[in-house]
Amino acid sequence: MTGEDVASLAREFLAAHDPGDRLEFLRARFDAGLAWVHFPKGLGGLGAPRELQQVVERELAGTPQLDTGVQGIGLGMAAPTILAFGTEEQKKRFLRPLWTGEEIWCQLFSEPGAGSDLATLGTRAVRDGDEWVVDGQKVWTSGAHHARWAILVARTDPDVPKHRGMTYFVCDMHAPGVEVRPLRQITGEAEFNEVFLTGVRLGDDLRLGEIGDGWRVAQMTLMNERVAIGGAPVRRGGGMVGVVAETWRSRPELRTHDLHQRLLRLWVESEVTRLAGARLREQLSVGQPGPEGSGMKLSFASLNQALSGLDVELRGEEGLEYDDWSFRRSDSVDFFGRGAGYRYLRAKGNSIEGGTSEILRNIVAERVLGLPSEPRVDKDVPWKDLPR
Amino acid sequence: MTLLYTEVEEELRASVRDLLADRCGFDAVLKRVESDTPYDMELWKTLGREIGVAGLLVPEEYGGAGASAREAAVVLEELGRAVAPVPFLTSAVLATKALLEVGEEDLIQELASGETTAALVVPLAASPYRPLRETVTVGEDGTLSGEVRGVAGADVADVLLVPVGSALYRVEAEHARIEVVPSLDLTRPVATVAFSGARGEVLGHFERRKVLAFGAGLLASEQLGVAEWCLETTLAYIKERHQFARPIGSFQAIKHRMADLWLDVVRARAAARNAADLLAAPSDHLAPSGASGAAGADAELAAAVAGSWCSEVALHVAEESVQLHGGIGMTWEHPVHLYLKRAKASEIALGAPGAHREAVAELADLPAPA
Repeated sequence: MTGEDVASLAREFLAAHDPGDRLEFLRARFDAGLAWVHFPKGLGGLGAPRELQQVVERELAGTPQLDTGVQGIGLGMAAPTILAFGTEEQKKRFLRPLWTGEEIWCQLFSEPGAGSDLATLGTRAVRDGDEWVVDGQKVWTSGAHHARWAILVARTDPDVPKHRGMTYFVCDMHAPGVEVRPLRQITGEAEFNEVFLTGVRLGDDLRLGEIGDGWRVAQMTLMNERVAIGGAPVRRGGGMVGVVAETWRSRPELRTHDLHQRLLRLWVESEVTRLAGARLREQLSVGQPGPEGSGMKLSFASLNQALSGLDVELRGEEGLEYDDWSFRRSDSVDFFGRGAGYRYLRAKGNSIEGGTSEILRNIVAERVLGLPSEPRVDKDVPWKDLPR
Repeated sequence: MTLLYTEVEEELRASVRDLLADRCGFDAVLKRVESDTPYDMELWKTLGREIGVAGLLVPEEYGGAGASAREAAVVLEELGRAVAPVPFLTSAVLATKALLEVGEEDLIQELASGETTAALVVPLAASPYRPLRETVTVGEDGTLSGEVRGVAGADVADVLLVPVGSALYRVEAEHARIEVVPSLDLTRPVATVAFSGARGEVLGHFERRKVLAFGAGLLASEQLGVAEWCLETTLAYIKERHQFARPIGSFQAIKHRMADLWLDVVRARAAARNAADLLAAPSDHLAPSGASGAAGADAELAAAVAGSWCSEVALHVAEESVQLHGGIGMTWEHPVHLYLKRAKASEIALGAPGAHREAVAELADLPAPA
């Protein structure tokens, strides 16, 4: 299938459907295979090369769009995992409303006792006939309060070493026993939640992948998460560096030589990072996300932190103020919005969420560069016997 | 445009790499830099004859390959990886670009064949962004007098191209006194070039900034090659080297540094490719103003970004390479010192990183304080 084929399909689609009714339009777009062209036919795609998606986006610019903020976890993480590991019924059931935004997804991975060492997680899922009974606590769950579904990793066998005893599920966020509590962050707001799971019953048809294979399934999700978080802005001078450059250009009275030198360095680093992201996307368009995505996320985190810190410093007196400390929920993440103080504090999360920068360096070192891992004391020990 | 390598570019890379593996191993390079003739002109002739690298940038109607900055960049990556002592950058890039700019039609054919080698007589450290100190003057009889220090590739050039103001003079090498000085970079030594009443022929007029910025944008690819060699060699070493009964590459203190270096090199590759791609555009007029001003400014910005980033990355990776090799990295017998010396010298060449960032300030509208 060529770009021209895809373009003419998109044009025919547009001629036949009224973009006035947002939801109907998006449903029809999914059914026409124009949601994500690299997905199979019948599942929102055309089985076409991934890079042809941009052709569709160009043809359908100006029509109703997805809310990528609220739908981010569904689109970026749940969907590729469901596609790779789901049964045909699961793919049919979940992908369409996921894409149209009728059903929002969240991610139940991290726990208070399992952050970087995610594989040590202790939320239990115990088999009971055709169902699983889930008990435990998850944390750092953005969007849990409007999610219909969650991707969940739970321990199903505590008697084997930690990586082998996990299973991946789709969790029904409306099931009895699911309790979502907002978690206040250093920014003052609550973007994330704690999720308490108490005797939550999930049918075995909500299991994704084999019993005990949860770690491998989760790797697929995490690779896609890093690509999603590390997706650098496409435009030269965009993203966080654009925010700071705007302050710099419009406020000549704030400029100093020291700040100028630092800004130029960060501008150059932002530009080479953007180019590396563009180059990575060119590579991805012919393949799958690899561990290289971890590298982009590392750069993105350190640049956002340095730039947002520079912005506060540059503003001087005004940098002493903060826009709003009130404790409230935020519906989607905006790294580049609000005041300079908020951006500075929010950016601190960039090197923690989606894999800390330390873990990402390990991933690059081990999976890209082929360096040996540190000696492991937990590898062959049953999960239940690990010190914690 | 693409930031990836095309099939043709990969084939060109493979031929250059094969030839260098055969003819330009470390022992041979080290022996040569200890001799009186650090440049390997036999290798240079072979690169020209068999692969046509000397005329890569020369249009086909003048006997060249009619290729672009993209292909020249790939050759530079390979030459950087081998710290090959051949005058590609000085003759086939800088001198050739100057001749193309003045519209010269004869000498360029000789350069394309690889039989004649030229050098642009400017200090290797000349910044594209500042006016050069004019140290050569033209007498009333039209002869050239004066001295230029720190010129690379002059000692192996048959023809010298001497900028005076906006004019470009041709002077036969035998009419100049060329004195190689002990140089930090053993594989690209510099010389003092002196003229006293040398006969010169005006070839035309050109913008120095454009030629030097073109050179800086391509030097970034050579720096990428240096960085890649250092990264790969260090990686292999820390997997082999055992201390405390473990490969030292299993310690996070080292792994994390390697991950950061890898990321710097990944970004250097993207920056160098982008510069080569934009410099390869048919309207590669580098001047910020003029008919193709927007495209020219984009190319110049890309060259400045690549120049500043790749200079620093090549040097940083080379320095880390010495450190991570430990004691052996300090020895004459280990190749890494040649790479460190090349990296340090090329940091200064054709605009130091800070000079490129000053250009970024201008080109990306990030003005300095009043």
